[in-house]
Amino acid sequence: MSTLFDQFDVWGAFWMTIKLTVLAAVFSLVIGTVVAIMRLSPVPVLRFLGTSYVNVFRNTPLTLIVFFSLIGLWQTLGIELSAQLSVNAFRFAVIGLSVYHAAFVCEALRSGVNTIPLGQAEAARSIGLTFGQSLREIILPQAFRGAITPLGNTLIALAKNTTVVVTIGVAETAYLMSKVNEDAADQLTNVFILSAVFFVVLTIPIGLLTGRLSKKLAVKR
Amino acid sequence: MSDPSGATPQDTPGAPVPEDTAGVPEAASVPAQAAPGEPLVVMKGVNKHFGDLHVLKDIDLTVHRGEVVIVIGPSGSGKSTLCRTINRLETFESGSIEIDGKPLPEEGADLARLRADVGMVFQSFNLFAHKTILQNVTLGPIKVRKQSKEAAEKRAMELLARVGVDHQASKYPAQLSGGQQQRVAIARSLAMDPKVMLFDEPTSALDPEMITEVLDVMTSLAKEGMTMVVVTHEMGFANRAADRVVFMSDGAVLEQGTPKDFFTNPQTDRAKDFLGKILTH
Ligand SMILES: Nc1ncnc2c1ncn2[C@@H]1O[C@H](COP(=O)(O)OP(=O)(O)O)[C@@H](O)[C@H]1O
Ligand SMILES: [Mg+2]
Repeated sequence: MSTLFDQFDVWGAFWMTIKLTVLAAVFSLVIGTVVAIMRLSPVPVLRFLGTSYVNVFRNTPLTLIVFFSLIGLWQTLGIELSAQLSVNAFRFAVIGLSVYHAAFVCEALRSGVNTIPLGQAEAARSIGLTFGQSLREIILPQAFRGAITPLGNTLIALAKNTTVVVTIGVAETAYLMSKVNEDAADQLTNVFILSAVFFVVLTIPIGLLTGRLSKKLAVKR
Repeated sequence: MSDPSGATPQDTPGAPVPEDTAGVPEAASVPAQAAPGEPLVVMKGVNKHFGDLHVLKDIDLTVHRGEVVIVIGPSGSGKSTLCRTINRLETFESGSIEIDGKPLPEEGADLARLRADVGMVFQSFNLFAHKTILQNVTLGPIKVRKQSKEAAEKRAMELLARVGVDHQASKYPAQLSGGQQQRVAIARSLAMDPKVMLFDEPTSALDPEMITEVLDVMTSLAKEGMTMVVVTHEMGFANRAADRVVFMSDGAVLEQGTPKDFFTNPQTDRAKDFLGKILTH
């Protein structure tokens, strides 16, 4: 085991996985919320765009999205996010993970919106709140509270899905495993067990926390 | 009371009429009603369909300032839809609706402003479930009327005291009884200083022992000169508080009159039939 730590940057790989998870979580929450708002909006064009977004990104394999974000945006279109190759790949990985999971965040939020009785929005409109105000004050706060459990599921899936970005060479946990496989096959069982434990330690608290939050913040009707 | 920015020439057909505060003992707690007797809500030839269903048929209805109009009729006759079109929670296809001399705006900020002037009390209360009672009442004044938090809270507490739920101000709606929730809903509407209030069967989701407490609040509003359109089958309230009863059936206004005339001497067979049914209950 100690040779594993001597030979490979195990902590660096785990830390990379955590960074990918946290950053993509934040961005996918933001993008997913925006897309959900588009899907709720009274403007048909926005609704269409929102629906298309979800259909495209939810139904495309994550590997393709991550691969395209690097190959398509960087090599073909020449968009560079950093002069440093590894940072560049990392940033494209975050983009790929974010746009993909945003589709699931959007759907989680929509399931939260479906827990809200129609009368809430009507009452909001009838006291003169504009669409934006009723979204901010009434609909989204209740939707988030009703969507905590599915959002937690999305977050857990995201944490595990970060392993996909090994395809574009980001030095995270799956990358570590493939390196060990190539360079020190005798350590393979060790790195597998260690990585499995790492992911369990990373995801179980997400499940516990969102489970508790969803009980605590549940809107009583 | 009208928004100064919205004061158009047609707002003032005559000289400004002084506020009639006589016989309005608690006027301070309720928006002052200027110029009683002027038309406030004017519906002309309003038609609405839900698909093939003609829910509102050529509705002509004028509600005057300070007037209390009861809408009564069989289930499915379009009473709720009528209320909801007045503040445009429902659209309509033809005809016109004017509130205080201004036609209903189509959408957007103008419509929101109009809705702020039209209070609505729903059968199912519809208090904001994630906000406290106090927040429910202050939200509109703060966000729409741009009042300061302090001013809005002070007024909200007065209104909550008035409807008898000030002790529950920091609770959430689910912790209150139906009757208390509905009284909060009335306070929430009042906090906007509406020109007219619409009530859609405000007591029909309530247990019998809570109906009176809500009707008492509504009766006192009526006495103070609030303009009200109330869908209800509570005949006692109609007799006590209403100036006029409007009878709807199958999407049309079949007849209208004073409560006394309507209840004792209905003209149409359908009204007779309907009254026979609700009276034998
Ligand atoms: N959103 C809707 N979509 C389709 N039909 C509706 C809708 N709302 C009401 N209706 C129909 O319109 C008619 C009038 O309804 P409503 O105004 O609720 O009547 P009331 O309040 O007098 O019972 C009913 O037949 C009802 O089924
Ligand atoms: Mg109804």
